[in-house]
Order: sequence, then structure tokens, then C-alpha cells
Amino acid sequence: MLRYALRRLAATIPVMGVVALFVFSLLYLSPGDPAAVIAGDIATEEDIARIRASLGLDQPYFVRFGTWLWALLQGDLGTSIFTGLPVSTLIGQRVEPTLALTLCTLIVAIALAVPLGVLAAARAGGWIDRGVMAVAVLGFSVPVFVLAYALVLLFAVQLEWLPVQGYSSITKGFGPFISHMILPSVALGITYMALIARITRASMLDVLAQDYVRTAHAKGLAPGAVLTGHALKNAAIPIVTIIGIGIALLIGGVVVTETVFAIPGIGRLTVDAILRRDYPIIQGVTLLFSAIYVLVNLLVDLSYSLFDPRIRY
Amino acid sequence: MGLLSVVGRSPGSRAMSLSLVGATCLLVAGSALAQPKTLKFVPEADLRSLDPIWTTAYITRNHGYMVYDVLFAIDEKFQVQPQMVDKHELSPDKLTYTFTLRDGLKFHDGQPVKAADCIASIQRWAKRDVFGQKLADMTDSWTAVNDKTFRLKLKAPFPYVLDALAKPSSNVPFIMPERIAKTDAFTAITEAVGSGPFRFVKEEWVPGNKVVYVKNGDYVPRKEPPSWGAGGKVAKVDRVEWIYIPDAATAAAALNAGEVDWWQQMPPDLIPLLAKNKDVKIENTDPLGSIGLLRFNHLQVPFNNQKLRQAVLLVVDQNDYAIAIAGDPKNGKPCASFFTCGTPLANTVGSEVLTGKRDYEKAKALVKESGYKGEKVIVLDATDQPIVHAQALLTGEMLRKIGINAELAASDWGTLITRRSSKEPVDKGGWSIFHTWFVGPDIVNPALNSPLRGAGEKSWFGWPTDPKLEELRDAWFNAPTAADQKKIAEEMQKRAWETVPFIPTAQFIIPTAYRTSLSGIIRSPVTFLWNVEKK
Amino acid sequence: MDSPAIAAPAADSPAAAGTLWRQLGGTLRRHPTAIAGGVVLLLMVLVAIFAPWLGTTDPLSVAPVRRLRPPSAQHWFGTDMLGRDVYSRVMYGARVSVTVGLAVALVGTVTGLAIGLVTGFVRWLDAIVMRVMDGLMSIPSVLLAIALISLTKASLGNVIFAIAIAEVPRVVRLVRSLVLTLREQPYVEAAIASGTRLPRILVRHILPNTMAPVLVQATYICASAMITEAILSFIGAGTPPDIPSWGNIMAESRSLIQIAGTLLLFPGIFLSLTVLSVNLLGDGMRDALDPRLARRL
Repeated sequence: MLRYALRRLAATIPVMGVVALFVFSLLYLSPGDPAAVIAGDIATEEDIARIRASLGLDQPYFVRFGTWLWALLQGDLGTSIFTGLPVSTLIGQRVEPTLALTLCTLIVAIALAVPLGVLAAARAGGWIDRGVMAVAVLGFSVPVFVLAYALVLLFAVQLEWLPVQGYSSITKGFGPFISHMILPSVALGITYMALIARITRASMLDVLAQDYVRTAHAKGLAPGAVLTGHALKNAAIPIVTIIGIGIALLIGGVVVTETVFAIPGIGRLTVDAILRRDYPIIQGVTLLFSAIYVLVNLLVDLSYSLFDPRIRY
Repeated sequence: MGLLSVVGRSPGSRAMSLSLVGATCLLVAGSALAQPKTLKFVPEADLRSLDPIWTTAYITRNHGYMVYDVLFAIDEKFQVQPQMVDKHELSPDKLTYTFTLRDGLKFHDGQPVKAADCIASIQRWAKRDVFGQKLADMTDSWTAVNDKTFRLKLKAPFPYVLDALAKPSSNVPFIMPERIAKTDAFTAITEAVGSGPFRFVKEEWVPGNKVVYVKNGDYVPRKEPPSWGAGGKVAKVDRVEWIYIPDAATAAAALNAGEVDWWQQMPPDLIPLLAKNKDVKIENTDPLGSIGLLRFNHLQVPFNNQKLRQAVLLVVDQNDYAIAIAGDPKNGKPCASFFTCGTPLANTVGSEVLTGKRDYEKAKALVKESGYKGEKVIVLDATDQPIVHAQALLTGEMLRKIGINAELAASDWGTLITRRSSKEPVDKGGWSIFHTWFVGPDIVNPALNSPLRGAGEKSWFGWPTDPKLEELRDAWFNAPTAADQKKIAEEMQKRAWETVPFIPTAQFIIPTAYRTSLSGIIRSPVTFLWNVEKK
Repeated sequence: MDSPAIAAPAADSPAAAGTLWRQLGGTLRRHPTAIAGGVVLLLMVLVAIFAPWLGTTDPLSVAPVRRLRPPSAQHWFGTDMLGRDVYSRVMYGARVSVTVGLAVALVGTVTGLAIGLVTGFVRWLDAIVMRVMDGLMSIPSVLLAIALISLTKASLGNVIFAIAIAEVPRVVRLVRSLVLTLREQPYVEAAIASGTRLPRILVRHILPNTMAPVLVQATYICASAMITEAILSFIGAGTPPDIPSWGNIMAESRSLIQIAGTLLLFPGIFLSLTVLSVNLLGDGMRDALDPRLARRL
């Protein structure tokens, strides 16, 4: 298994290379000029040119790519054009909220979706099944920000149970951390619940039709024990797969949620950087996301052997 | 959660539950009596750059006012007042100024403020700023006589030296330590060390989220009461946090809930949300407001044609623009002058062309007369800037109504200001019209009013050529009395209605909202955070 | 947000395309929600086509004096912050949202199909292309779309292109695994052995058997593309403002949610309803085709 893992890790290098090249080229070719933004409304063209030169933006493509790549290989992700702070510092400041939000969202989504999916599968074909799936799909069909606004209006503004915005680190107390996390993670979680519920249901349906389940029933095992003891474990693989994919999907939803709830996370950092053309940040964060995605998928693949002893690497 | 669900449904539940929790905390934790006062402020934008000379962004200017101090400042009567300067004299031949600094001025790193620091800071500022460049042109030399005194020797008498040094808005000649001010004016500084009433806490800065300042215990404020940027700058809170909330609805809810204390600029449409809250006050603390403007590209067809520009002038309805931007006649009104209404040089000479009844027929005829052949007109639109966006949408509609083939080019602000520097025709990536807005102080006189120039390609974006306007502007600099200045301003305006370098669209004030626990907010065009107390 | 991936059905018999479609039709009739979904989608397409004749006025005409009026006889959905008629904007907005959904689905599946078919057969191309696809997939799709749009120009075409690019890798994966399975089939091996040229094999044997799963995938792509367009507009990198779309109507009005909630409510309802319908349609089609497909969905 270790050898498999190492082999997979090695295979990620060309993938990351593709990503790096793609992102860098995209930014290089883009219109829009951070130097002009910095120079301000009343600047002349010479001013803008001088600022551009001081930022190193007037160098040719290969020089810029090479410089960036070389710095990257030494662990330096570059410096933000606007703030002058190192990209790694900026990412470091923002990782925690996004991580917390992603984790909480996954917990909410899984906690809601798996029981719903199991229930729907157990009563397949009936109106509970259809109803549960329709509700799940509804969560999938409403844009995240609409849901987020609705929740804020109800729980924060009307009922005043929860704070409107912001993020409170867990180091400053568990209570404030949770109260600030509830609304954002529920808003996002409902959206992804459908995805997971759907897989769970389908997977369970498939497994429930298998012979060994019928045998378990015939043995006299209680239906509940059959579900959890045998079926769920075997259904786990596709569920875990989709969770792995879900983490990549979450970044998209996270961006919106962070904007609505003013959470200082990486999603917003990236969007702001894109809209302002702060290239080093865009490059650094994209690489980071790709690395995370690849890593998560590797972990997911490795976890298969936990669930299915037949799978050996 | 149990406590909250019990009291959950009744009004004031949050206050009740909070006070119950609060009382418990006091008993259990035995908190200290003297709590440091923190002011939580929602700024107009995200602070990205720390260098107020390198960038003209208003948010960086505001940051500058927190951590730096200035030699002179303008007060609410438009008079120049000394700030860091104790005494100043002008020699009888009007060629030499001598400045002496006040006692006890220190930088945040403990070093005293010296003449050399002031000179280096002014010279760096003069390399980037329009007014500063004019001053530099007239300057023969700067010399430091001793640590507290320095001299400016001019080539010829220049009456605007103090006005330049007291410039309230971007770029402001903030005073920095010499070692930092020696940085090239086109490279950003990375340290924020000044001698102002607050210190910048760099370790707690999270760009895009939070900026933290603490009170500068070493600051020696002047004795006079504060008046705009002049007078005593007493920091009355211990700590200031700038909390950037990008979403307006969220910011409104946060202010309502007391999670923040002061929202610098709120969209006027949201006033009803906050008006019902007894703990929140909404005010217009900005006496001058801002001016929206429509700028033509004078280098390319079709707006290189004066008649066509005049046609547009005939149909711009400032009332529409004012409401579109401000939402409410209280916050936005027409200002048919090329200088900020409410300031000395604003006048109504020739304004009927903009304030009279809008004449679409006459405009359409003028369009025909100008020889307009249906060429495509590109109106730049920045969708992430509501004020620019609203104006662009209105203009697009209006142009189409008089038969001009207008198209909106939507992008974000960053792309807009890149595109507007292009002098090419529209089919090669150029533009015909863009909108922006300036704060009042930025267009009060011909020295600062960069759109009101005619220096061709050397001018601000749009590049109008009008030698007569330039002549008048030079004359203003040499005008002997205030009455003469006013007369020249009127002449310039009359000329501008004819040649239409740009069209002012509206004067609007963006209201500010704050919790009633705050007091001492200064009424001024720039938001200052000294003198503000929190109960 | 992306659509879920579909795995290949284990085709144990050379299913002629014809019976598969008949099967589809039959099972769909037993899925009322899918029918409802299809009907609603059709309705929205009709709204999009016939917008100018549905009692609408010019969606772009501004009248700041009449801003933020509540629904009335003159303005069925009220007016927005520039005095434009919201009902007209929502009706015309159907054009953009439906076009984006259908166009992205079309472009995404056709491109993915083309690439997937070829890489399934051409070994050396396969390795390169799959690495590129992996790379593309590892960049979060919303960020990719935002970057592509804001770094080029805001236009309807660019929005469609940007969203479609993010969907292509998943379709490629699906098609490729379908092709890999189908290639092992005896009739395909026979065709190769008898010297049939590659394009003919692809068109006659492979393509018909990939159509059904790809079609199901296309419906999911359509649904998620409409939501992505709304999210992009929310961030500020969506369709240009002079073309109303449900997404950008909501984005422009978002700070006014407590003042004039109808500005968000109406486009929101239309968008959610349409996306829901397409999703239900896709679910029905998937169940009809092969219940075993459901395992991976």
C-alpha cells in the first residue's frame, strides 16, 4: 500500500505541472493591469509604466514563469502585489476559517444526507422515498446565496438567535465558534445534502438487493442491524467517493458563503485577488487547491481498502 | 442553547439573554473594571496598500490619516491651519518660507520628528501628486536649518504653497521618517511608521478582513478644537478595528445587532432597515459630498466632435442621475457647476444648459448636424462599483434615445481603468465614454480639478484639447485676489459648457450610520476617527 | 457546483439504440416527477422564446423616478433600483438562463464526447489528455469560471465557455470509461478485426451506446450550469448587466433583500423551479435507463 501511495503521489507532479502552467499562462494573457489600479485615477501613463516595472510585470513570459517556478520550488509562493505581504502569510491567515467551514458543512451534509438516503432506500418506491428525494433535490436547486440570506433573515435578524456575520476562532471559545458556524454550514450543507443523499440511496438500493442481505434477513437479523451492520458498510465506497469529489465542489459554495457571512476565508481571498489581478495570490491559491484536491482523492482511494478488504494495493 | 430557546420568541430576547449571560460572566470571571474601548468601524473599502503616496485610493488615504500627521490642514471654513507646524513665516520678497515644528513630535518608533523627515516626505509626495508637482516646479530648494526648522525657497512667488501642503485628499503630503520617505515614489513602502494619533498594528492585519490600530500614547495634540483635518486630534478610544464587510445587507444587520459600531458609507436604500432601530443614528456627516461625472474620449470618433458632446449635454438630466445614485433627494441633487457646489468657486454661470428643461428634439437635431454617421459608442461600465454602474446604465439608455449607437462594455473597475488608458479607436479596444466620481475636495479649484483641463494628450483620461481653458487655468494661479479667482472660475465654466470636456452628473452624499454609544464624530469630507468616544 | 459523475452501465448485450429509447419512454411515463420536470423546462423554453409577447415592456428601459415600487397593476413584479420593470426582466431573463443551461450542456457534452471517444481508443493520447483533465478538475470549477470570465471579457459567450470548460473533464471521464468497456465487446472486436476504420466503429457501435448515459449527464450539467451562472453573477463575474438573467437580477438586488424582497423572490423562484425541474427530469431518465446506473449517482 505504501508503494501504491508513493506511486500515486509521484503521478500528481505532472498534474500539478499542468495546473501551474495553465494558471500562469491564463494570468499572463489576461487584460487588466494591477499597476493601473494602484496608480489611481489621476495617474499618467509614465506613472503606470514605472509602477509596472517596479512590480516586475514588464518582463517577458518565460522570465516571469521561470522566476515564479524557481521561487516556488524553494517554498516561496510570492508576494501580493497590493499588500506587499507574502502569499503564504495571507493563505495562513485565511486557512482556518475555510477549513472550519468546510468541515462543519460536511458534518451537516453527511449527518442529514446519510440517514435520509438510508430511509429512502429502505422504503424504496413509496411516497416517503419520493418525498425525501424531492426535498433533497430542492436543496440542490436553490442557489446557495438565496438559502443563506433566507437563513440570516430568519435566525439572525428576526429571531436574533445567532450572529449575522463573522468568524470566531475555536481558540477563542467553543460557544462563539459554533454560533458563528451554524448558519453558514447549514446553508452550504443543505445544498450538498442532496448529492450525498442521492448516492447513499442508490448505493443502499444496490446493496440491499444483494444475496447476502437477503441471507442476513433470513437468518433472523433485525432490519436495523442488517442496514447498519451489513448494508451500510458495503455501500460506503461510493459515498466516500462522492465526499472526496464534494470537497472540490465545496470550494465553489464556500466562496459565496464567505462573502455573505463576511468570513475571512480562502474562497474570498481568491475571488478578491482575481477581481483585482493580484497574480501571485491567484497562482499560489490555485496550486494549493489543486494539491488539496489531489491529496483528498488519494486518501479516498486509500480508504477503499478499509471498507472493502478485497481491494488491495 | 437552552437559555436562548426559553427566552427566544419574545422581543428584546437577545438583550435579555445577553444580559443574563453577561451577568454570569461577570460573577464567574470577575472581569476587570477598566475595559479597553474598542471602536469597530466598517470602512468604505478593503485596505490593500499601505502607501498613501504610491496609490491614490481613498481607503489608503484614510489609513494615512490614522497613522501619519501633516504639516498643515484645511478647516471647515476652507482656511489653511498649521498642524505639525508651530510657526511659519514668509519673507517680504515672498520667495522664502520658514517653518518651525511643534515640540514633542515623535514617530511611532520613538524617534523625534526632524526637519529632514519633513523635507524627504514632501519631496516624495511631490513626485506623484498633481499639486505637489506644481509646487516642485516653483521650488528652488528645501533646506533644513536645524532639527526643528526648515526653509523653502521659491523661484517666483507662488501663493498656493500652504494650500498644497494642506491638501486634504489624495495624495495627502503625510510626514514619514526620512529613511522610509527616501523610497522611490513608484515603489510601495512596506512599513507604516508615522507620527499620527494612532499606531498601526501590523501583526493583526488580515487583508480583506481586519485592520487594527491602537492609540498612540506619545501623540501631542494641538489645543484647538477639531475642525475637519485641523485642530486637536485626540484619540478617545484605545483601539480601533476596521472590519471589512463586503455585503451591504450583512453590514446593515451587523450594525443593527451591535456587532459593529460605525458603518462609514451605507447605501441610502438601506436607510429604512436602520431607521427603526433606536440605537442607530443615520447622518450626513459629509458637507461636500461627491460629484459624479461623465467623461468623453476627445481623441476618437464620435466624441471628438464638439456638437455631438453638446447634444449629450442637452439631454443629461441630473435629477435622474442623482436619484439613480443616491436613491433619495435628500442624499443626491443636481450640481450644475464644474466646481463642487457649496465651495467658493462653484457658480451658476451658463448652467441653464444643464438645469433647463431637457430637449430631446433639439438634441436629435444637433446629432444630425454634427454629422454623426452611426459610429459605435462604447460606454465603459464597472459592475462592481454601484455608482459608476448606475450612471453607465442611464447614459446608455439616454444616448440610444437620441439616436447614438451606444453599447455598454461591462467589466470590473480594474479592467475599466486599464481600458480607459487606451487612446485607440473603439474597435481596437478603446472607449468613448466612462463614468467615475470624485469627492468634493478633489475638484474645488482649477489646480486640483484634473478633468477641467485642455492639455490634450497630457491631460487626464479623455484628453481634451482646449488652449483657452489652459490659459484661464494659468491665469487663475496668478490671480491676485479672491474676486479675480472667482471671475476666472466663472470664465472657465462658461468655456466648459461650450467645449464640454466632461459633464457633471450629480452631487451626492453617502450617509453614515453609527450606534448611539458613539459621540464626537467630526463633520467633514474625509472620515476622521479621532475625537470619537464610545460609551 | 458540478454535476455528479455517472459510471458506465455493464452492457451485456448489443443494445440497439432504438429499444433503449423505447425503454426510456416507457419508464418515464411511470415517473410523474420527471414528466413534471420536463413540462416545466419546456414552459421555460417557451417563455424564453416568446418573452416579447408575454405582456412585457423593454427590460432595459430605466426610469429612476419610479424606482423600487412594489408589485402593482402596471408593474406585476414591481420595479428595481433603476425603475426597470422586474416582470419584463424576469421573462427576458429566462432567455439567458435557459440558453446558458442548454448551451453549456450541449457544448460540454459534445466536447467531452469527442475527447472521450478519441482517448478511449488512442492509447498515447489517452495518457496526456487524462493528465490535463485531472489538472482541470483539480481547479475548483467556480474559481476557474471566475478567472476565465474576469480575465477575458464579460459576455454571454464567455460565460458559457467558462462554465462548459469546467464540466468537460467529467464528461470525458464518463465517456472514456464507457468506451473502454464497450471496446471489449465481441461485436466491437469483430469490427476492428474485420478492418473497419476507426471513425466508422465510433459512429456505428460506440456512440449509440454512450448516448443514453451522456444524455442523463447533460441534464445534470444543464441544471448546475444555471446555478453556476447565478453564483458567478453574485460574485460579479457573470453575464453582462445589460442582458438580464435571473442570476444577475438577484445579484444586483441582493443588498435590498429586506427592503424590496420581491426583487430576489421572483427570479429566485423561477431559477429554483427550472433547476429543480431539470434535476427531476434527469433523475427520471437515469432511473428509466438502468437502475444500476443509480449506484454511482
